[in-house]
Amino acid sequence: MSKPTIAVYKFSSCDGCQLSILNLEDELLALAGAVEIAYFLEARSRMLPGPYDVALVEGSVSTPHEAERIKEIRRQAGFLVALGTCSTAGGIQALRNFGRLDDLAWAVYDHPEYLHALETSTPISEHVKVDLELWGCPVNKYQVAEVVASLLQKRRPNLPNYSVCLECKRNGNVCVMVADGTPCLGPATRAGCGAICPANGRGCYGCFGPAPSAELPALVPLLRSLERHPNETFHLLRYFTGYAPAFRQAADKLQKEVNA
Amino acid sequence: MNTNIEIPALARVEGEGALYIRLKDGKVAEIELNIYEPPRFFEGFLRGRHFQEVPDITARICGICPVAYQMSSVQALEMALGVTVTPEVYALRRLLYDAEYVESHALHIYLLQAPDLLGYESVLSLAEVAPEVVKNALHQKKIGNDLLKAIGGRSVHPVSSCVGGFYRWPRKMQIQALIPDLEWGLEAAIETVRWAATLPYPDFEILDYIYVAVHHAGEYGILSGNILSSKSGQIEPVDFEKHYIESHVRHSNALHSHTASGQVYVTGPMSRVNLNYEQMGPAARKIMSEIGLKLPIRNPYKQLLARAIELVEVHEEALRIARAYDPQGPSHANVIAKAGEGFGVSEAPRGLLYHHYVLDDQGMVRHARISPPTAQNLARIEADLWKLAPKVIDLPQEKATLECEHLVRSYDPCISCATHFLKLKIEDL
Repeated sequence: MSKPTIAVYKFSSCDGCQLSILNLEDELLALAGAVEIAYFLEARSRMLPGPYDVALVEGSVSTPHEAERIKEIRRQAGFLVALGTCSTAGGIQALRNFGRLDDLAWAVYDHPEYLHALETSTPISEHVKVDLELWGCPVNKYQVAEVVASLLQKRRPNLPNYSVCLECKRNGNVCVMVADGTPCLGPATRAGCGAICPANGRGCYGCFGPAPSAELPALVPLLRSLERHPNETFHLLRYFTGYAPAFRQAADKLQKEVNA
Repeated sequence: MNTNIEIPALARVEGEGALYIRLKDGKVAEIELNIYEPPRFFEGFLRGRHFQEVPDITARICGICPVAYQMSSVQALEMALGVTVTPEVYALRRLLYDAEYVESHALHIYLLQAPDLLGYESVLSLAEVAPEVVKNALHQKKIGNDLLKAIGGRSVHPVSSCVGGFYRWPRKMQIQALIPDLEWGLEAAIETVRWAATLPYPDFEILDYIYVAVHHAGEYGILSGNILSSKSGQIEPVDFEKHYIESHVRHSNALHSHTASGQVYVTGPMSRVNLNYEQMGPAARKIMSEIGLKLPIRNPYKQLLARAIELVEVHEEALRIARAYDPQGPSHANVIAKAGEGFGVSEAPRGLLYHHYVLDDQGMVRHARISPPTAQNLARIEADLWKLAPKVIDLPQEKATLECEHLVRSYDPCISCATHFLKLKIEDL
């Protein structure tokens, strides 16, 4: 039986999530033995033709070319995984979606038509069907390995649905919000990073996106009461995963309240 | 060969680019290093953000060298805010940067460039015939990532750095636990230099390079210093924009850099080794003398060798800092928001990275300007290709294409970085 084929693609991104695959130093050669890495531009020159069993897609859709390219990749892919926060929520570059591109960046170009950039940076799921979303800025490399292993074993991947708070408790971190009064988005953020920000004495900044259980109406007033600089809560919500619906809506609501 | 060289998607580089070399009447008529990586407008959305958010945001310009972006930005912001960091903070920053060098250089040497010199399409193919070489390479790379994780929580976009220092000191035990790995890594790096010295680099030299690098009289210039040019001497970071100018060419989403007098220059490992070898420690100097390396390095393909020498240097420095690590006192300065302007330079693994910020009286960013290394090198890479192309056009197509692509790769271009900002007017060629 031939090995399952995997293709890795880059859209608008920093390359960090693809790098997480190469950072699987102890597992990389076993991975390359278990699957056929058929297309991975950052790692190899050889490109085998599609279709591929699995496509791992890093990055957001932010240009007209990318909006077309993702459709072709979807056609070639049996199972499509959105890899990391750019591909699941538009990434940090989705800050342009809140009217800022017009206000700031667009205004400095004489010839914006040369830029070939869309007005928005959007998640892959706004363009094609996505079979699995893996969050994180960057993704946790062990979650990437888990996803590939689960596909090989034809089972559901074991990925957390709970919030960073649970990881904190499990790791024995002292709560930075309770103990130090540091604003922390951990109660509303999806686990997966290992609660590394609280472990480093700072608040979570939401780079794994909103947890399915996020209770922002309860959290936002608490964050507001702890702000250390103007609009800190608004900035926390409108950050690396600010275009994810739960954070987007909470930020919009907060903005309306402040302006009212 | 009598057809054009077309590489629509460069492999084994970070980010997206293409290379076209067009011939007319058997002569090279046009060379185009096409950067189609999408622009992401970082400097636009940095405006209005609080200074303490900046290092986390700029890290996302590059997943391969996030520490470089964090270090150039925190130093620029500390200047703007009138903050001085303690020697303990400075030492831990150097250790963090060393870790990024180990990870990034091991990645480039073994996974990105070496396959060209050894005749493989990738490290995965190399692993099929020489698994021990690749396992050793991955182990070296892992040591860098483990050290990044110990200091920063994770290796890509670490979370511990802030304006003023670190949110929290890493525990002494965590750092000390990595000393045996670093000792192994130093020996492995020395072996890497010996091996790199034997590789079959294409015979190609550029005699008129202008080398530019961060220079620090008291240490190998990575974290901070002035900007030294082999042609025009030293300037301070505050004067960078007066001496190094960027302009936009139509076929690229990145800017091309040149000196104020219009000359292209090179930044990166070749420049650093050539300009700063006197600041290197004994281990790097010893191995350079053992392999009989003559400076300056003029062959761009030998940037792999320069990286290998730097691997020795950063391991030796990392060991020195890790052995002495015993943090006392606060891990960061108490930073008070105020209006100000600041400039920061450091050496990302692939070259000089300049940041400039203006803050308002609440500490919010009013203006941001970032000059990444690959944008500075693009004009130089094209100039190299103009020298190389006439020499290779008579070779078989495949070999000519590979030599050109290999040249581009030897610069370890980070195309994601090069296009992260884009604001100057488009100029028609």
